[in-house]
Order: sequence, then C-alpha cells, then structure tokens
Amino acid sequence: MKKRSLIQKSIYAVITIFAVLVFNYLLFRVLPGDPLSMMMRNPKATPEMIEGMRQLFGLDQPWYVQLYLYFKNLLAGDLGMSFYFKQPVSSVIGARIMPTIIMVGLAEVVAIFAGIIIGLIAAWKRGTRIDVATLGFSLVTYSMPTFWLGMVIVVVFSVNLHLFPTSGILTPGMTYQTTGAMVADYIRHLILPTLTMSIVLIGEYALTMRNTLTDVLSEDYITTAKAKGFDNKYILRKHALPNAMLPMVTLIAINLGLVVGGTVQVETVFSWPGLGSLMYEALRARDYPLLQGVFLLVTVSVVVANFIADITYSYIDPRVKE
Amino acid sequence: MKLLEVENLNTYFNTSKGQLKAVNGVSFDLEYGEALGMVGESGCGKTTCALSIAKLLPKEGEITGGRILLEGVDLASMPESEIRKKRWKDVSVIFQGAMNALNPVMKVGDQISEAIVLHEKGSKEAAKRRTGEILELVEIPAARGSNYPHEFSGGMKQRAMIAMALACNPKIVIGDEPTTALDVMVQAQILNLLEKIRKEFKMGFILITHDLSILGETCDKIAVMYAGKIVELGTVEDIFERTAHPYTQRLIACFPNIRGEKRIPEGISGSPPNMLALAPGCSFAPRCDRKQACCETLEPVGKQIGEKHFAACHFALGGGAIE
Repeated sequence: MKKRSLIQKSIYAVITIFAVLVFNYLLFRVLPGDPLSMMMRNPKATPEMIEGMRQLFGLDQPWYVQLYLYFKNLLAGDLGMSFYFKQPVSSVIGARIMPTIIMVGLAEVVAIFAGIIIGLIAAWKRGTRIDVATLGFSLVTYSMPTFWLGMVIVVVFSVNLHLFPTSGILTPGMTYQTTGAMVADYIRHLILPTLTMSIVLIGEYALTMRNTLTDVLSEDYITTAKAKGFDNKYILRKHALPNAMLPMVTLIAINLGLVVGGTVQVETVFSWPGLGSLMYEALRARDYPLLQGVFLLVTVSVVVANFIADITYSYIDPRVKE
Repeated sequence: MKLLEVENLNTYFNTSKGQLKAVNGVSFDLEYGEALGMVGESGCGKTTCALSIAKLLPKEGEITGGRILLEGVDLASMPESEIRKKRWKDVSVIFQGAMNALNPVMKVGDQISEAIVLHEKGSKEAAKRRTGEILELVEIPAARGSNYPHEFSGGMKQRAMIAMALACNPKIVIGDEPTTALDVMVQAQILNLLEKIRKEFKMGFILITHDLSILGETCDKIAVMYAGKIVELGTVEDIFERTAHPYTQRLIACFPNIRGEKRIPEGISGSPPNMLALAPGCSFAPRCDRKQACCETLEPVGKQIGEKHFAACHFALGGGAIE
C-alpha cells in the first residue's frame, strides 16, 4: 500500500471517530432522564446536596462548555469520572474488558471457522439436500432473537441437564485450591454464553460464504482451472477460496470491531460481567461519562478494524492496490 | 492415424424442463496441423460440441453416445480421473481471456506455470522458465508474468490466455470465440499468431465462432452447425464457393460485401428452434426457402457432395433430391 493512501485513510479514520464522538455526546444528552435523579434517589438528599453534586460533575455548565471540557480531557487521556461507580471511567472499563474479549473473541473464532466450513460445503453441494439444510440452519439462527436463544440454552443445558452453571463468570463464594481449578470453573461458565454467541454469528458467516463462493464457482476462471486438469480440491483451495475470501474479510473485520463492544443481550442473559452488560448498567443510570467511554471504545475498535480490513484487502486483492 | 475422430457424438443437458439435445449425432475429424472452424448461431451447440472433447461440460451436461478418439483412444468413455491427465496436456482451450477466464487474484505467470508443474512434473524453476518462453512467443515480455490480469489490456489478456493454452504443448487447441471481445486490429494479430503457432507445432486447432469471415482466413475446414447438428462440412472453398446447404447460404448472405452496393444484410428470418421440443424432419425447415413437403417429416442425413464435402439437406445444391 502506498504511503499517501495510508495517511489519507488514517485521517479519514480520525475524522470518523471525532464525528461519532460528537454524535454520541449529543445523543446521550437528548435521552430523557437526568443523571442526578438517579444518583440522588435517597429521599433524605437535600436540594443543597443535589446542587453540590451537580457542580461537582460540571452538570451546571452549558452543554457546549461540557462538550469542550469533554474533548479537552479526552485529549489528555482522561475519560472522566463515572457518576454511578464513583471511579475513573478508564478503570471501570478496564475491569470489564477482559471477560468480553475472551467470550466474544472465542465466539467469533468459533463462528468464523464453523461459518466458513458450513458455507463452503453448502456452496460445493449447491442444490442438494445438504445445501438446503445448511441454508435453513443459517437463516433460522441468523434471525433468532439472541436473548431468547440464550434463555433456551440456559433451560436446556443448565436447568434440565445440569451440565453448566446458569450465569456469572465464577461460582460465587467458591475457594479454589489451585489455579487450575479456577480456570476450569471459568471455562464451565464460559461455555454457554460463547455457544449462544457463536450460534448467532455462524449464520451470517455461512450465508455470506455460501453466496460468494457460489458466485465464484460459476466464474470463467474456475472453468479454466478445470480445463487445465486440476482436481476439485485444488481448484477450491487455489482459485475459488482466495476470491471468495474477499467479502469475508470485510465482514470479519466489522464483527471483530464489535468484539470489544461485547453483546448487551448475551451478557445480560448470562450475567457475564463484560462491556455489554456495563453498557446496559451505564445507560440505566444515565452515567454519561461511562456511556461515552464505552461508546468511544466501540467506535475506535470498529474504525480500527475497518482500517485493518482496508490494508488487508490491498494485500489479498491486487486490484485495490492503487 | 488421425489426430481426432469424433463419431456420432451426442451431448445432452438434463434440464428441469426436460432433456436438451445440445449436440445430436455430430461426426468430424481433424488431422495434425489442421484447423477446423465451427460456426453457427448462438445456442446451436458448437461450444458444447467442442467442450465435450475435453469433457468440460457443466454438471447438467452428459455425453450420452458416440466416440471421441484422440489418436485412437476414446475420451468419451474415459473416467474423470483419467481425463484430467489429458486436459491441457493433450487438449487445451483458449477461453475468452479478455473477459474473466483469468483468475483476478493470481499472477498471470503463476496461472501459466501451475499447469506446467501439474502436467510436466518438472521443477518450479523449469516451469517458470518455460512460462517466460511461452509468454515471449505470444509477444508478451517475460517480466510481465509477474503482473495481475487487471494490469493487462484486453489483447494482452487474450494473448496470455493463448500462451496458457500452449504451455504444455497440447495436441489439440480449442479456441472458444478467442477474438470475439476484441477490436478488429487486435483480432487480426491474434489470429495470425495462432496460425503461425499451429503450423509451427503441428497442432490441431478447432476455432469456434459465429463470425464466418474469420474462418475463411484461418481454417482449412468448416463445420456449419444448426440445432445440435452439423448441417454442412467441407473445405473453406467448398463452404464459400460451392455452398450446398440453404442455411450456410443464408449465413454467408448475412455478411456485408464491402465491394457491393451499400445495404443492410438480409439476416435470416425466424428464430432457431426450441431445442427442448424439436419437431420431426429438418430443424431448419421452418426458416428455409427451399422447403418441400418431405422436409417436415423426414430428417435429412448427411450426404457426400464433393471429396470432403457433406451436407444434410434433401435439396442440397450439387446433389439431387432423395426419393
């Protein structure tokens, strides 16, 4: 990739992030509800206390002054103080980031591999029963409500079969003899949310893979490869897949950006202490700094993931090098 | 022994609407170094006929009868695993490379050398050297082999496609409309190049086109196809100067004569028959001006008119009507 277009793309990325931040800032303030009414639910709070709180968090300033201060602090690396947790936003987010990355990241990896393989088989067996079956599976799981699937999985695997715990990340009150025992408990808790998340994601990957591969397989250069005397496996590996992976890279990049944002539904159903459930808590409390912090993280990771996809693209598709 | 003998070839397509007889009893042969042109309207079966030789049919297509003898060995009954070894090594195809017969994400040189590696079992270096030579043969600098297809012009892509088809020194090269998408100047260059290479390497060449004028210049023999059958087969002189079949006659009349009066060429009224429901008798009868009662009931068989000249018509010129 040329240096100039790299710089150009970086500038676009920064502009995108800035625009999204301004939009997020305004969006949260347009939302009905007042952070102070949530904080001061204590009936004993006097008007003076509420006013003091308002001044402490700078909520007495006009909105544009608040916006200016937000960006000024942001450039200094300060995300502000959470209204609800009474801690710096960065440390609140820091504590919740790993569970999400582990759970959603694992689900993405599983879904990407499974989706590609399912899509590949469906495209290869186009028009057969296998194709119809995988297509049906993909469409059903793709359109299934995530929270509902999560609840069904809890009922089946936890309530009826007693195989896995229903929620949380570690068994409450448990003391572990060894680190190994703790890891094992963590993994037992990890399986169901990851499974739910993977099932929801597989459909999209499988459908995209099937459709692009079906298109690619009907291209003339596949006939050329066949005419050259290559067998089906070689044609699939060397000619069809490199072409079919192009749209997949975009899809994977966009979804990887969302890994950090987590998934509100799955994390809420399984009480998984990640960024998704944090986002939900912050929204309920109208915790503006925390909401902005989480959204900033999501925005940056989506933009960065797209940026990486752009660069990857120029390596795997020679036509976009310029 | 002849290079290629096709005897009574039948290739059918199994479609959801029934069986389509795309190639219906076609016979022809080809000598070493000889060029055969196949001409006809779209959908007449000329491409299917040629692709049947290398068994490159789509999965709905099937060779249901006849023999394809390549140096005496029947390809029609050969299993897929065996035919794969024959493809490109013995029979290669020049597709419309200017379109997308080349893989867009693979270097042109690699696309040529992968076939050499597969069939010649040599080292990668040897294949690379051979790729360079073969590119030079079609007047592309060897260094351009490390370019991608989108960096080539239409004419260069077509020449690269030719280089690819010649990579393993095949005995027969099938050109499936190799110049259709190109402008006239490039077309002439490519056809000259093909003729030179064919004569140099004594290859059999089958040129599929719907452009009669290029056949006259490049081929020794011409097969005119209509509705899955060869309706007339003969040398270039037979076809152009002693035209026997009314369809060939009309086809030739479709090309404007630059020396004659300025006018729109006639065209052939009517349209090709529905290949899924062929009527008995001659398929061309509804569009034919030589039609008699027997044409609608009795299917004409090929009859010999000259030494190498055959026509399937009850009223072929140069021969009388059959009883």
